[in-house]
Amino acid sequence: MAGVTDAELKTMSQEERVKALGMTSEQLTGKSLYIEFDPEAGENFTYPWAPEVDYNKRTELDTDELTSTEVNNRIRALMAEGYGTIVLKNPRGKHSLGVGILSRLNLIIEGSTGYFGVGLIDGPNVRITGRVGWSCAENMMAGTVVIEKNAGSTFGAALRGGDLVCMGSVGSRTGIDMKGGSIIVGGDTGALSGFMMQRGRMVFCGNAGKNLGDSMYDGTIYVGGDIQSCGVDAVEAELTELDRAWLTRKLTQYGLMPDKGVDHFTKIVAGKQLWNYDNLEPHEKKIIL
Amino acid sequence: MAGTQYRGSEIKGVDQFVNDAAGLESDREKEIGQHIGYRYDVNLVPDYTHITPFLTEYMQVMGWDDLNWLEDIHMGYEEGMAAVFDRNVNGWVRIPDSIDLPDNQQDRDMIARELLVKFQMSPNHPLATLRKAYMKF
Repeated sequence: MAGVTDAELKTMSQEERVKALGMTSEQLTGKSLYIEFDPEAGENFTYPWAPEVDYNKRTELDTDELTSTEVNNRIRALMAEGYGTIVLKNPRGKHSLGVGILSRLNLIIEGSTGYFGVGLIDGPNVRITGRVGWSCAENMMAGTVVIEKNAGSTFGAALRGGDLVCMGSVGSRTGIDMKGGSIIVGGDTGALSGFMMQRGRMVFCGNAGKNLGDSMYDGTIYVGGDIQSCGVDAVEAELTELDRAWLTRKLTQYGLMPDKGVDHFTKIVAGKQLWNYDNLEPHEKKIIL
Repeated sequence: MAGTQYRGSEIKGVDQFVNDAAGLESDREKEIGQHIGYRYDVNLVPDYTHITPFLTEYMQVMGWDDLNWLEDIHMGYEEGMAAVFDRNVNGWVRIPDSIDLPDNQQDRDMIARELLVKFQMSPNHPLATLRKAYMKF
């Protein structure tokens, strides 16, 4: 690998690149992989391939006549030019806007977006002044996304990390299959929110619909209003001092702190009854094997 | 028939899985010979009084008011060794022996977060090699 330059790699086919990087002989044996790494060697805060952007370098992009793909390619090109703040004008509900941004960036969308907006992102800070459609910030890894109005269903589906905030209300199945991060909603949430949640935190300042946290495996849900019903294995837990401190900090950070504080929030966690199959499973395996 | 009475073994102390690598406590775990569940509290939220200077600088560079995705990062334990799970390689990264483990989970979590950021942003990270081999744009 050391003898191959990036310029040479770019001239190669994918198969040639894989061979040149010594990856063809690797086998997935489940054994440990030893990688030379010195924690004190350097202090990079972004991925090695991330473009150097300056938050003070700002530009605007009128998306009215552009397709979603063209907009996303333009964002990537602008980041390569060092723009750290990009404002998208006239999004007009386009789907899949601002997806796949894997670096630090301030992205401001002036208007509303369609389905799967800002999905698969890892690091940017996004503000959307309008509404968003289904599955906003789906599979988000890191960063912050703030929506100033309402959001559709499956808000933050499979969220992995970062803060996803909706100042208004959201639809059903919020945070379905969530695996980390925080979803914060200023208003209400629909039915089946937190369905199959695996970890992370959800905060609803308003009410929650039917079957909240149904089949959740882990994670925490905080509800400030009424809960229509809890789902299978979602149980109430005691609000600790650390929970109160976390709620106070997060809600204050996004301007959603209720006047009456956070003591009224109900905390919902997994009862952990669904973690495993029943006790006969080992015997079943023995019979099969 | 999912969901009977099983619960994972309780986490009783910060060194529980350093002293007992196998972590077999319940009858169920002894029966299958494998620890079930996390070896740390995944729901433990960070106490910012324990934050390190590196993490403070990282937050400033990224433009975040808090630890953001790192709030979900904790120090775990693999085969009796302190380790942190790296989602980008889907595997555990062991904490070097040269780092002394503090006596509380909050400080340990901060060490794990700092190490993970440094590892992920290193050109030696496997994702950097994978990206070179398979990059599309």
